[in-house]
Amino acid sequence: MERELAIRLRGVVKRYGPITAVNGLDLDVPVGTCVGLLGPNGAGKSTTMRLLTAQSIADEGELEVLGFRLPEESKMARAQCGVTPQLDNLDTTLTVEQNLLVFAHLYRIARSDRRAAIERALEMAKLVDRRDSRVDKLSGGMRRRLLIVTALVHRPRLVLLDEPTVGLDPQVRQELWALIDALRSEGTTILMSTHYIEEAQRLADTVLIMSHGEAVAAGPPSKLVLEHAGREVIEVYGAPARLAEVEAEAGASGLRTRRTGTSVSILGVDGRNGFAIDGERRAANLEDVFVLLTGEEIA
Amino acid sequence: MATTPAPQSARLGRLERPALTGVLVREVVNYSSYWKSSTFSSTVEPTIYLLAFGFGFGSLVSRIGGYDYVDFVGTGTVATAVLFSSAFPAMFGTFVKYQFQRTYDAILVAPVDTEELVTAEALWIATRAGVYGCVPMLVAMAFGLDSSWGMLAVPIIAWVAGFGWACFGISVAGFAKSFENFNYIVSAVLTPLFLLAGSFFPLDRFPEWARVLANFNPLHHCVVLVRHAVFGWAGWEDPARMGALIVFGLILWRIAIHAMTRKLVD
Repeated sequence: MERELAIRLRGVVKRYGPITAVNGLDLDVPVGTCVGLLGPNGAGKSTTMRLLTAQSIADEGELEVLGFRLPEESKMARAQCGVTPQLDNLDTTLTVEQNLLVFAHLYRIARSDRRAAIERALEMAKLVDRRDSRVDKLSGGMRRRLLIVTALVHRPRLVLLDEPTVGLDPQVRQELWALIDALRSEGTTILMSTHYIEEAQRLADTVLIMSHGEAVAAGPPSKLVLEHAGREVIEVYGAPARLAEVEAEAGASGLRTRRTGTSVSILGVDGRNGFAIDGERRAANLEDVFVLLTGEEIA
Repeated sequence: MATTPAPQSARLGRLERPALTGVLVREVVNYSSYWKSSTFSSTVEPTIYLLAFGFGFGSLVSRIGGYDYVDFVGTGTVATAVLFSSAFPAMFGTFVKYQFQRTYDAILVAPVDTEELVTAEALWIATRAGVYGCVPMLVAMAFGLDSSWGMLAVPIIAWVAGFGWACFGISVAGFAKSFENFNYIVSAVLTPLFLLAGSFFPLDRFPEWARVLANFNPLHHCVVLVRHAVFGWAGWEDPARMGALIVFGLILWRIAIHAMTRKLVD
């Protein structure tokens, strides 16, 4: 039997004037899993997130969140969702605790449970000692942790994270991964958009790669890698002219390649050890798949 | 394959109290961090108007329309205080919260709809206007305005007018493409209405058409209602003016919701 779905999108289209931001998207997020929405900037990830909270209304298609049809029943879905926006929208002149109090009210936590909910959120964000600090006095990492837990005060069944670690330094990013991973291990369903490959690879059970508003591939990261990039990759460095030659040679042997700026990666060489070329052999990864399918470089 | 069945919980309707409360709590908690500055400006401004006009003009005209000039201005500037504490914060506050702080994005991902968001914001601004609107009258009392029972109606008048002007300000912010657009509204709409309200001089010397036009100025109704509340009611005219303020508020309320829905939901 297949698992129940927390999110189900079928044929969703969203246009802004002449631009089609989301173009016939199907998306399944099974209950209790973490799905990563991976794509370059402008692929339609944020629009998809806005559609799920009915801040954008789809032109075509069916959308269901936690069993509620969107946009008509979006409010009921939102009552059981937590959403972390891409851009910080905390009240900066308020304290950590005051911000959580506001969200405890917005998410309609009963008076008797409010205190405990705020304490739990402070602990999750590791901000118990900073409860009385004004938000504008927090470090970037603390602020982002607070932003995430404001969406968790009401123990949502589904959490939408829109680029949760964008613009943060690597160390802070890892702190946030720990927070998201803890949430995942509690069984919360998560949909996370990101353009960081590593983030998707570490946290997501399944990944949906988006490009130009469409889903170009979906599945568990390891399966996607195997399917599109094979087991091994040869990385060849050289001058631009040399790289073009290598591309042509590989193409003639029916192999797929991708550019990485300074090198050419020849994908799926595992079955063809006979393909002789000087270069570094390495394991294929999700980045290979991403670049191959979206045709874009990564930041 | 179906999604999880929707739980049979009570369906959420429109204009729910918990949603309004949520937005109001946010405003009240924020207010606790800036109440001093806003109370200061709301008190000092009308005092300056009263001193400038009351003693400047008042030295030339001691009585006007049958009132002592300080009393005339003290009651008239209630409407000014209402305008300054509702239309302006609504315009700028809404724009800042929408554009720069993205507060509304944070609120709308919670179980709050745009209609509830706008309504709660207007209720909050109206309440502040109801309180701050009384300040000029209190200042005038310090300068000798006699107290009367009717004064108890002034916060209510200020609240109703404040609600309408709050919705006006939210609508302007909703339709404005940029901050600069506000200049047109302030110069072409608010300043004439503010001067043609009868706060500083009576309108009975104006030509007929201007007096007829004044009946479409909510600020004028507010000015007259406050004077009548303080100095004595004037029969059917007062409920009619109150009715006009309520209609003004209701129309602008719907416009504000429309404008903000257009802006926030695409």
